[in-house]
Amino acid sequence: MSVAEEKSVYEQLGGAPAMAAAVEVFYRKVLADERISHFFEDVDMERQSAKQKAFLTLVTGGPVHYSGRDMRAGHAPLVRRGLNDTHFDAVAGHLKETLEELGVPAPLVAKVLAIAESTRADVLNR
Amino acid sequence: MAKVKHESSWYPLEPGESVLDALLRQCVSIPNACRAGACQSCLMRAVSGTLPEAAQVGLKDTLRAQGYFLACACRPPEGTALEVTGAEALRVPARISALTPLSDSVLSVRLRTDIPLAYHAGQYISLVRADGLTRSYSLASLPREDTLELHVRLQPGGAMSGWLAREARPGDRLQVQGPAGTCFYVPGRPEQPLLLAGTGTGLAPLYGIVRDALEAGHSGPIWLFHGARTPSGLYLTQALRALAERHPSLHYRPCVLEGGSRDVAEGALDVLIRSECPKPVGWRAWLCGDGPLVLSLRKKLFLAGLSLKELHVDAFLPSVAPVQRVTTDAGAR
Repeated sequence: MSVAEEKSVYEQLGGAPAMAAAVEVFYRKVLADERISHFFEDVDMERQSAKQKAFLTLVTGGPVHYSGRDMRAGHAPLVRRGLNDTHFDAVAGHLKETLEELGVPAPLVAKVLAIAESTRADVLNR
Repeated sequence: MAKVKHESSWYPLEPGESVLDALLRQCVSIPNACRAGACQSCLMRAVSGTLPEAAQVGLKDTLRAQGYFLACACRPPEGTALEVTGAEALRVPARISALTPLSDSVLSVRLRTDIPLAYHAGQYISLVRADGLTRSYSLASLPREDTLELHVRLQPGGAMSGWLAREARPGDRLQVQGPAGTCFYVPGRPEQPLLLAGTGTGLAPLYGIVRDALEAGHSGPIWLFHGARTPSGLYLTQALRALAERHPSLHYRPCVLEGGSRDVAEGALDVLIRSECPKPVGWRAWLCGDGPLVLSLRKKLFLAGLSLKELHVDAFLPSVAPVQRVTTDAGAR
């Protein structure tokens, strides 16, 4: 295995500055999608943006201190408001589009989506 | 039970209660206005005890290091013993130098502080009357001017605005606390297009910011939108038209929901902004005034491509009466 392959997607994308650019694109997509925007509405857009940056950092294998338990607790109120698989799929779709728009090669996009998929049970509190 | 000590007495807190609510409930007078962690009128200092992190959100590092916190946002966990004092040390004595109506419903209040106040145009201060009544107002003046200027909306039944309109006289003494807020112009990227939009007295900070940017030599286009329900809610229109004539880069667009004319657009503020500035990608923006409108405008501009870090927002919050929690000085700023 070469050194490049051992690097996380996060590092290959360019680390924190790349996440800052990605989060704006991603946040715009989820906020403009009426199926899921109500889960992302927040008076404090900076806070909401920081949460999504943490999510993007997590699914790209970057440095976050975010456990499956945090993921469960954080989404529990949303699950009570009806968060389900269709919403999860919509978010995953926007994640895919965001990465593609930013020119991330397909194999890396697949890697990120696989990590995102692995959070499904925790996000939906199953 | 958590408890808080103020002026040598201990006061118990109910579970989840804020320091501000507990002290007010037990008849201790603490300056306050928005009670939502924004206006900083209820600033206090912890002499001993541990503060919850949330109590210091939004404060300058220098204030945090000295133990200052917002009483309305401070909900100490069970078992906390907190000793607190007021923020009198941070207040600057001032006197009213002029009271000038800008329209039927807006009063310009000019203040001269005993010592110069360091601030950025567009920030806000708390005005503290001798009896402790406190309200938060944006600064419309520039730091180089020798007085501070506030635009005070006259609220029906408003305690501070009513007093300023009817009883206050030049020479009357007050105190000023602050400044606070991050809604101001930072020099740099002079060619960047700027978008300033506000409703009502949200024009006050924008009037400071636009002149600050022009004086700093900002060369890119500057769009200033001022919205009101009817033409009587607009003010400083002549001054702004004159400013725009002197600076061709400045586009001043007053707008109203009803009663528009040749010079005043009619319609919703966000619709006018979208038609004049359809693609604000890479722009910098300041939005000030009515809370819900400003927050909805921020979302729309973000979706239109403005970056969050370029969006500066000052959403005016109503002041809350001490006990009944009814709105008495809605949108005081």
